[in-house]
Amino acid sequence: MKLITAIVKPFKLDDVKEALKAAGVQGITVTEVKGFGRQGGHTETYRGSEYQIDFVPKMRIELVVEDSSLEQTLDVIRESASTGKIGDGKIWVTNVEQIIRIRTGEHGADAI
Amino acid sequence: MIFGATIDSGATAWVLTSAALVAFMTPGLAFFYAGMVRSKNVLGMLMQNFFAMGLISVLWAVAGFSLAFGGTGKYFGNFDFALMKDLATIESLPGYTGDFALAIPVLAFFAYQMMFAVITPALITGATADRLKFSAYAVLIGIWAIIVYPTVAHWVFSPNGWLFQRGALDFAGGAVVHINAGAAALAVILVLGNRKGWPREAMPPHNLPFVMLGTGILWFGWFGFNAGSALLANGLAAQALVNTHLAAASGMLAWLLVEKLRAGHATTLGAASGAVAGLVAITPCAGFVGGAAPIIIGLVAGAVCYLALTLKTRFNFDDSLDVIAVHLVGGIIGALLLGLFADTKVNSLGFDGVLFGGGSKLLVNQLIAIAATFVFSFVVTWVVAKILDATIGLRVNQEDELVGLDQSQHAESAYQ
Repeated sequence: MKLITAIVKPFKLDDVKEALKAAGVQGITVTEVKGFGRQGGHTETYRGSEYQIDFVPKMRIELVVEDSSLEQTLDVIRESASTGKIGDGKIWVTNVEQIIRIRTGEHGADAI
Repeated sequence: MIFGATIDSGATAWVLTSAALVAFMTPGLAFFYAGMVRSKNVLGMLMQNFFAMGLISVLWAVAGFSLAFGGTGKYFGNFDFALMKDLATIESLPGYTGDFALAIPVLAFFAYQMMFAVITPALITGATADRLKFSAYAVLIGIWAIIVYPTVAHWVFSPNGWLFQRGALDFAGGAVVHINAGAAALAVILVLGNRKGWPREAMPPHNLPFVMLGTGILWFGWFGFNAGSALLANGLAAQALVNTHLAAASGMLAWLLVEKLRAGHATTLGAASGAVAGLVAITPCAGFVGGAAPIIIGLVAGAVCYLALTLKTRFNFDDSLDVIAVHLVGGIIGALLLGLFADTKVNSLGFDGVLFGGGSKLLVNQLIAIAATFVFSFVVTWVVAKILDATIGLRVNQEDELVGLDQSQHAESAYQ
């Protein structure tokens, strides 16, 4: 099993969610995050004073998938989150040792 | 004393309504300022403004009104009306005879003036934001509301006051409210010092929608502030209301234009600030000018107040929310332009300015009123602030400043 973590532009969240649902994904976890990357921040002006805002708001999407559906899921996320412009985000994959559904106590792939 | 006036029901209704409008301005100011501070100081700011409604109202009844409008002295009022003695039964106030006879009950005048006394020290909180200790604030504005505000109000508003008798004009409080509060704000922050990290660290507003909401409330309440100052429900009140609105509108346009040219964007905070700058500048002029004058006054105020924003970084005083640039500078602009645009065809109790054949007499009197108000307010406030700083301490400690006023002063958080 793999944990997929994707950092995407906030306004692409709905597109990613719909694409994942269409691809049969059962659930995702979403967090509002801030960070910086190559996109950098932006400037804001208040009463003539310019402020550099370094951290850009992003959405972090997390989901666990079976090894067999990993590549397809990664493609779905990449395609649905892409705008082709700088700041589209990143996806990374981590090995997951165990997963348990709290309600039933199921382990492993059954709990995804 | 001659009590010639009869009570006019229309005037009374309008002044009572105006009292409520002006009362609503302090909560408006609270939100105007609270949106501009960081989220850890929003309750501290709201609290300081609302607290003024509590403390200053009581002090006004105890002695403030009497010190402003009691007695026949040129420089100070007296304690004749302390604890509201006789206010419900007397027919008029010292000096309010002949042309200045009141057409409203003294109690209505008391209520209306009370709301001015409340909002004036509240204006200071914008300069001292994020670092003034609440207990010190309470003592400071309490003393201020007894010593400074009633004295300047007596000089300028009371027909017995020396500036009034000299012929300085201030329709609704350009000097009494805005220059007075602006000078006091400057004095307090010079004692208080800059916020930790200012100006190196970014301290952007945490909630601009609050600022816009507050601006709307202020703009609305200002009709009571200025048009209510006619103390009558007549054409002069209508003139003051129209002037007020036009100056706010043109102040906004001028600020946005200068901002767009200099900083690249027309901002919501700029729209709010420009409108308030126009409102401040028209305050002394509202019932003495007519025609297109309010548009010119608003345009000048919007542009000049924007340019005055740079004073604080140039001279290194942390006027956090620009009380000096907007209220002190805006108030001075209004008082001076009144010396040009005052027109006795609008108000026969006024004087003609430079542009209406009155020569420089009024302009000189306006300069004297500006200087006297500034010097008195600045000096007394500075001394009071120094004494408080040496005794109870004006400023929160560094850790409390870092945590924010909400938690350190009030043990609360605005947002969970």
